[in-house]
Amino acid sequence: MDKDKPSSGYSLSVNDTSHEISKSWLGESLLYVLREKLGLYGSKNACEQGECGSCSVLMDGVLVCSCLVLAANATGRDIKTIESISDDDSLTDVQKAFVDAGAIQCGFCTPGLLITIHDFLETNPEPNVLEIREAISGNLCRCTGYGRIVEAVQIVSKQKSVGKGGSDDSS
Amino acid sequence: MTVVNETVGIRQSGIGVSAIRPDAKEKVKGDFIFSSDLSSEGMLWGQTLRSPHASAKILSIDISDALSISGVHAVLTADDVPGENIFGLERADQPVLADDFIRYAGEPVAIVAADHPEVARKAADAIRVEYEILSPLVDSYVAITAEAIHPEGNVIRHLNILHGDTEAVGDVVVEGEYEVGMQDQAFMGTESGMAIPSPDGGIDLQISTQWLHSDQEQVATALNMPMEMVRVTLAGVGGAFGGREDVSMHVHLCMLALHTGKPVKMIYDRNESFLGHVHRHPARIWYRHHASSEGRLIKVEAKVILDGGAYASTTSAVLANACCFSIGPYSVPNASVEGWGVRTNNPPCGAMRGFGNVQTCFGVEAQMDKLANELNLDPVEFRLANALKSGDTIITGQKITGTAPVREVLMSLANHPLPEPPSDNILERPGGTGRTTDGSHVKRGVGFAASIKNLMFSEGFDDFSEARCIVNDGFIAIQTACVEVGQGFVTLVHQIVQEILGIEKVDILPADTSIGSAGSTSASRQSWMSGGAVMKACEAVVDSLISDLSNEEGITFERIGTVLVAPDGSTSIPVADALQGRNYDETVVHRHAPTVPLDKNGQGDAHVSFAFAAHRAVVDVDEELGLVRVVEIATSQDVGRVLNPIQARGQIEGGITQGLGLAILEEIVLVDGKIQNANFTDYLLPTALDTPTIEIAALIEEPEPNAPFGAKGIGEPPVISSTPAVVAAIRDATGLDLNRVPIRPEDIALG
Repeated sequence: MDKDKPSSGYSLSVNDTSHEISKSWLGESLLYVLREKLGLYGSKNACEQGECGSCSVLMDGVLVCSCLVLAANATGRDIKTIESISDDDSLTDVQKAFVDAGAIQCGFCTPGLLITIHDFLETNPEPNVLEIREAISGNLCRCTGYGRIVEAVQIVSKQKSVGKGGSDDSS
Repeated sequence: MTVVNETVGIRQSGIGVSAIRPDAKEKVKGDFIFSSDLSSEGMLWGQTLRSPHASAKILSIDISDALSISGVHAVLTADDVPGENIFGLERADQPVLADDFIRYAGEPVAIVAADHPEVARKAADAIRVEYEILSPLVDSYVAITAEAIHPEGNVIRHLNILHGDTEAVGDVVVEGEYEVGMQDQAFMGTESGMAIPSPDGGIDLQISTQWLHSDQEQVATALNMPMEMVRVTLAGVGGAFGGREDVSMHVHLCMLALHTGKPVKMIYDRNESFLGHVHRHPARIWYRHHASSEGRLIKVEAKVILDGGAYASTTSAVLANACCFSIGPYSVPNASVEGWGVRTNNPPCGAMRGFGNVQTCFGVEAQMDKLANELNLDPVEFRLANALKSGDTIITGQKITGTAPVREVLMSLANHPLPEPPSDNILERPGGTGRTTDGSHVKRGVGFAASIKNLMFSEGFDDFSEARCIVNDGFIAIQTACVEVGQGFVTLVHQIVQEILGIEKVDILPADTSIGSAGSTSASRQSWMSGGAVMKACEAVVDSLISDLSNEEGITFERIGTVLVAPDGSTSIPVADALQGRNYDETVVHRHAPTVPLDKNGQGDAHVSFAFAAHRAVVDVDEELGLVRVVEIATSQDVGRVLNPIQARGQIEGGITQGLGLAILEEIVLVDGKIQNANFTDYLLPTALDTPTIEIAALIEEPEPNAPFGAKGIGEPPVISSTPAVVAAIRDATGLDLNRVPIRPEDIALG
């Protein structure tokens, strides 16, 4: 690295694990570091300018496009990626609904949508169709036309509604 | 005829059930490895320097500054191409790296490998190219007669279709001119891949593509390497839609890897992706339709110009589709159609879902509405009266020998109930959640359109796919070179094995060039071609099993479903049980029925099979603001047989959404050949809020003779007539002509 590319070491907390990022160019986006430095390739790189939502992660619980966050600026923040959504073999209710509803084709937009939808259902567990469409309108999908994705969210919402007062079956 | 409403039925596996994608779990967990996720010890990052000019002469290239940057391992130009500096899908006419002339803005000039992507970008910026800037040829009509911009001339293909009495005249005649803008495939996963030099001096290329063997051949030619030393393996594909059928970074990656002796990875960013793949051909179309006063089509005259951009790509096939199906799914006794696919200094155009049919469908369906209006007939009734049926002859002189349930498609759609009247909810009006409209200028419109699509490759192309079925003590592995782009072929492989062998667990081996070609994942062909090959490979295993059992037990079994039954019915055994403890390895090549080239009058049995669809769009339009909200799109489609209802629905909803995009949102804007909106801020893709409820009125199941399982390809028809249906609905709401797509707000507000 030359003088035009200031580099430094810093730490990142990702999925409850602290990572030391050593001698890294400070211009690297959080998305780049997650993928190429930490090997967390689940966050995707479809536009890298905050238009498509495929790189969505949670930073201190807030939904962000990781392509628009400088990795070095994310030090001290709690970052959650698609890799933390479910344990090894299990699926969350939303992941399961995606599989069953046929919401996946090429799958490139899928991780970002799942992060978005998990976040959305936290605040609005029983949305109507328009609310669902608005919530996912920051996530572009080119394969599905969104129909099966909306359906998947409705499946989960119905389950949540039925399960109200009962045991939590969300994972 | 059977009309199904997506009942999954009682079967749990095999053909016809909503089987779940085998890669679904990996994809929801973020574990599925796409081509952009590849990584290798000590890998370098590749970067491409592209021309900012649409037409120029390269005077000099100075790479010394770029090479001197710390971390840069290679800077290569045209002089470094080891083999022929030329490639192309249908004909080789495009340089790997520009050596003398630049023919489009974005043409690759040099490539770089460095230890960090930012260093590679910086090095590319440091390459000094001296250009003599020339005036670009950007008008497709002018291009026909203009001075050639390429040694092979400007007319890539000129096609005449003359059918019946070309002098015939109808009682009613309508004319129209139509334009289609340049649409982008806009797959989510941009071009990416990795090349790894191998110890034998060859190269391993892992890439997202649509056609491994076509890539292999073009790369080998450019590298001057025997085919077997170029090993191409499919890396996870983030959508394709035609945009990955051509070679993009393939040769560049291999050159950099061979030069540096290291693995090289490359990912185009979104801007470069717009420059790095072909687009849908912009079209200019003129029609004159003749009908009798009773409402029968008498003759269609058409002229079609497709802008192929700087290089040929698949222009020839796109033009053939545009012209052969320029009359739509209708019976027309007389026709005179002339088409040109031309070269300009615009970005190259080639395959995109529905190629060719999309462009002329927009025009011909507008003409059908105009004629119906002129004849004072209902647009659906007029279409029904002229609908193609099996046994009819299309304008290329080819008789339709397969199924053609156009009437069934049209009637089932017309009978489908319309949606509720406009809502009072301001969020559900045009402008939507932006709360733009006050609702006082909102009008509702309904539009209808129908389409025809040829399935698989046409015009005498030797179209085949190879599949291998390996049985190892009852365990099954299937290998093909068929590219999974998201369409669900991998699901279908499981279903076929279940259907024939009755075995649930199937390993799908990586798609690569160690097996014969599967052809391209395009032209709605893989269920028929590679699905057919897998079916035959499984059947070949059963044949070998039956032969072995006959030798061993003296009984020649017959397969009924997934069970082997003795001729006298005395014994039976499931195929799966009989395969226990046995090993087989069967490889089969599957071909569709041969076709022939079109003759000088555009006549001949050039196509294999035809699929039909119709769409009905309901829109609310704010005439003052020019905003459109598509309320609903309903469809009926001729599918032959539904192989997987949930995947079929996914193809239909996704295709319709791309058709909606072309109708009202999506266009690559060019000024002097330069793309003005190579990003998702300015190139508008349909979001979940732009996309309506999609109603499937009917999937018409009339099994197609000779098609594996009777199934027709279903990927392309949804995208074809959805565009004209939306436009017809906007015309219905506004009374405007609207002869160009995409329709922009000013076309409505200032129209």
